[in-house]
Amino acid sequence: MDIKINGKTVSIEADPEMPLLWALRDIAGLTGTKFGCGIAMCGACTVLIDGEPVRSCSTALEDVSGEVTTIEALQGDDGALHAVQEAWIEQQVAQCGYCQSGQIMSAVALLANNSTPSDADIDDAMSGNLCRCGTYPRIRAAIHTAAKKLAEA
Amino acid sequence: MGKLLRRTFLIGSAAVAGGVAVGFYMYKTPYPNPLTADAGKGESVFNPFVKIAADNSVTVIVPRAEMGQGVVTTMAALVAEELDIELAEVKTEFAPAANVYYNRAMLEEGAPFQVFDNSFIAEMTRDIQGVVAKFLAMQATGGSSSTVDAFDRMRTSGAAARAMLIAAAADKWQVAAASLKTENGKVVDPALGRSIAYGDLVAAAATQQVPETVTLKDPADWRYLGKSQPRLDMVAKVTGKARFGVDVRLPDMLFATVRMNPRQGAKMTGIDASAAEKIPGVVKVVNLDTGYAVVADNTWTAFKAADLVKPQWAKAPYPETTEAIFASIDAALKAGGGFNMRNDGDAPDVIAAGTGKAISARYTAPYLAHATMEPMNATAQWTGGKLTVWSGNQAPTSIVTQAASVFGLYASDVTVHSTYLGGGFGRRFETDFSMLAARVAKETGGKPVQVTWTREEDMRHDMYRPGAICEAAAVVDGQGVPSVVFRTASQSPIASTFGRLAGAITPPGNDKTVVDGLWDQPYALANYRVTGIPVDLDIPVGFWRAVGHSHNPFFHESFMDEIAHSSGQDPLEMRLKLMQPYPAAVAAVQAVKDMSGWGTPLPAEDVKSRGRGVAFCLSFGTWVAQVVQVADTEDGIRIEKVWCAADFGTALDPKNLEAQMMSGIIFGLSSAMGQEITFADGAVEQGNFDSYDAMRMNQTPEIQVRVLQTSGKMGGAGEPGTPPSLPALANAIFAATGKRIRQLPLSKEITFA
Ligand code: FES
Ligand code: FES
Repeated sequence: MDIKINGKTVSIEADPEMPLLWALRDIAGLTGTKFGCGIAMCGACTVLIDGEPVRSCSTALEDVSGEVTTIEALQGDDGALHAVQEAWIEQQVAQCGYCQSGQIMSAVALLANNSTPSDADIDDAMSGNLCRCGTYPRIRAAIHTAAKKLAEA
Repeated sequence: MGKLLRRTFLIGSAAVAGGVAVGFYMYKTPYPNPLTADAGKGESVFNPFVKIAADNSVTVIVPRAEMGQGVVTTMAALVAEELDIELAEVKTEFAPAANVYYNRAMLEEGAPFQVFDNSFIAEMTRDIQGVVAKFLAMQATGGSSSTVDAFDRMRTSGAAARAMLIAAAADKWQVAAASLKTENGKVVDPALGRSIAYGDLVAAAATQQVPETVTLKDPADWRYLGKSQPRLDMVAKVTGKARFGVDVRLPDMLFATVRMNPRQGAKMTGIDASAAEKIPGVVKVVNLDTGYAVVADNTWTAFKAADLVKPQWAKAPYPETTEAIFASIDAALKAGGGFNMRNDGDAPDVIAAGTGKAISARYTAPYLAHATMEPMNATAQWTGGKLTVWSGNQAPTSIVTQAASVFGLYASDVTVHSTYLGGGFGRRFETDFSMLAARVAKETGGKPVQVTWTREEDMRHDMYRPGAICEAAAVVDGQGVPSVVFRTASQSPIASTFGRLAGAITPPGNDKTVVDGLWDQPYALANYRVTGIPVDLDIPVGFWRAVGHSHNPFFHESFMDEIAHSSGQDPLEMRLKLMQPYPAAVAAVQAVKDMSGWGTPLPAEDVKSRGRGVAFCLSFGTWVAQVVQVADTEDGIRIEKVWCAADFGTALDPKNLEAQMMSGIIFGLSSAMGQEITFADGAVEQGNFDSYDAMRMNQTPEIQVRVLQTSGKMGGAGEPGTPPSLPALANAIFAATGKRIRQLPLSKEITFA
């Protein structure tokens, strides 16, 4: 099966029912996307498919039709970080860090559709992403920071 | 024997005149330095915590688990401060499992004395516990102790390395060491205006005599400590590059999962694996006696095949339902007995005499799972009879001891590589996930195998926060001062945990993990009794963020609120009055009073009502007061704001401490709002975040934290944010609605928006 991941076409030998998450982690070697629940309840596995946030634990390979973007592709080839990543660093968001790939991918998708999200917009877009370390207050601040950075860019 | 002598005798790391003893953990240590230099990189090892390479790069060895609390950055800052180097350029490595990295502060905190009790016996016992920690040599992360333990040790490591670099430069230039200084990675000779980089000195410096004492910097001269530092692990954690246990990848690695008897601890009496074995990609099904593992070429295939195995499970070794379990706890409470952990004055007699306003209440708290974001997992490999384990864990030396005992190995045959932890909260103090990986790896012909648990497996095989029942009674005198009795019954986390650990010795004295949060609070009451009743049940229980301080403060601080309201006192002012002899407590309560506008009217035109609740808890050496504000809305209770004032004694990194407080508060509120582990047919009923959820972004209140530094003794940060959050919420709900909820989770009686 050929899947476009992070700008490259990757050929994956696997059961078409395998969730994208496990193909990324165990076959394609992209471990930045995390396993948290397996039932679309935590958001740790969030990736973008054609720019839309998707829970990769609950998306079978056979249902992947667009281009997949994972956390590994946010950083430019020149090493430059995405504005959302920079905002995360500025606000010192991550604690254990395990949920953060998913949080960041959800935030990237939010900001791509809404350049000035309100707190209510952030609630809507981010409440599917659990963080057991409780980094929510700083995630909220970082999304506002990222929105400003993107507006200035 | 004076304190100094005694400490020197027992511990050997005490302050001595003119400086800090470098300590026997460094040069007189009976524990060998486990680090070896990487000659290829021109590295020199100065001590178990510091390596410097010819290219000037400095590596700090982090002896504790990084599970989110920021310990990597703080450890590096402690060394960088004294070594005089650029913090942002420090490299860090997690320590190998080795006795030299033992955690003294953790067991010290476990001693049965109140933090504010500095009497001879308390000091003495803390020292003995420290010695126990050393003999047990537990390299563990727990008890919010990492920074407390590291404060002198890491600074001394940096200072000792710096002194050796100066000595090497002095030799080279043939000048007196005292005439030289350091400046950001260089030794400088101000007299002649010359300088030399550390990297050019390392070979000569590492063979210098380790100084017997060093003088640590005056805190007034600190460059990093006391100031917020960017976390060294932040970039890795926002780019997906941080490597957690589940991200370990090795050549030829297999992937597996386990399914253990959901009646925890009981046997598997039969297994039919035929359907699973037919799945393409399945390597084998392994019988583990109390469960099984499926080994495959990827994790998902292992998960899928594991569902197809038909096991037969033996019955649970404990009562099969939540009702029966709590009936056992209740029976223990009714039977009386137990131990008095605090027994000031004559509280039962005063209450029996009944002169004054009498009140009583009964509270309950459920079993709770840790539900770390990263499900339990570990990777293991056997080569030539030697075991290597890769895991995110809080206790590397326990893995070594346990593996040595289970598999009949020498400790030197076990290697542990610690990764980042996707949350710990006490769960990764346990060795079970590492041991299971080691057992599965025995069956893979020398190939490494990563064993990942499903979320359901993780939730159903935890070492839970024990369920508890507390009965409280009081009479309040004419001055509004109560005489109180608390009787609390639960399983003991420490007895359960240490019962699972090979070679572990339960600390001497009464079982503080049963009564913590009730007996150790800074209220000056003449008549104050706290009785702990350990309940003997075989449900695995363990250390859950704040341990006894996770539920007992809910009992204590809810009851204090009830006492205040029933005697017509303002609950915050009553605390200020009763805490008078403890300035750090008063400072924290006064701070949240100011921050929250306590006492000012709360407009409520847009909602049914609003209310504020206050609570206080001293835990792990940190004095924390919180005020929670809630609104009663059409959709239920909304937690709007939380104010938190925490006195850490010394605050090394204020922004990180703020994060830890927020984290602890959200963790505590999450449990209060809806978490509960229940049992049916001997098995845990909850399996995933659909039945055991936590606070989400849309429910998260605005949180303000004030960091105080008045107590004079450094406290921990990972846990103390949690304890007051639950009672402050319950008290706020009472203030807003008039409804007193005495059971957790509060969602049993009220809906949250
Ligand atoms: S792992 Fe996909 S949502 Fe939790
Ligand atoms: S940072 Fe630990 S779960 Fe979010």
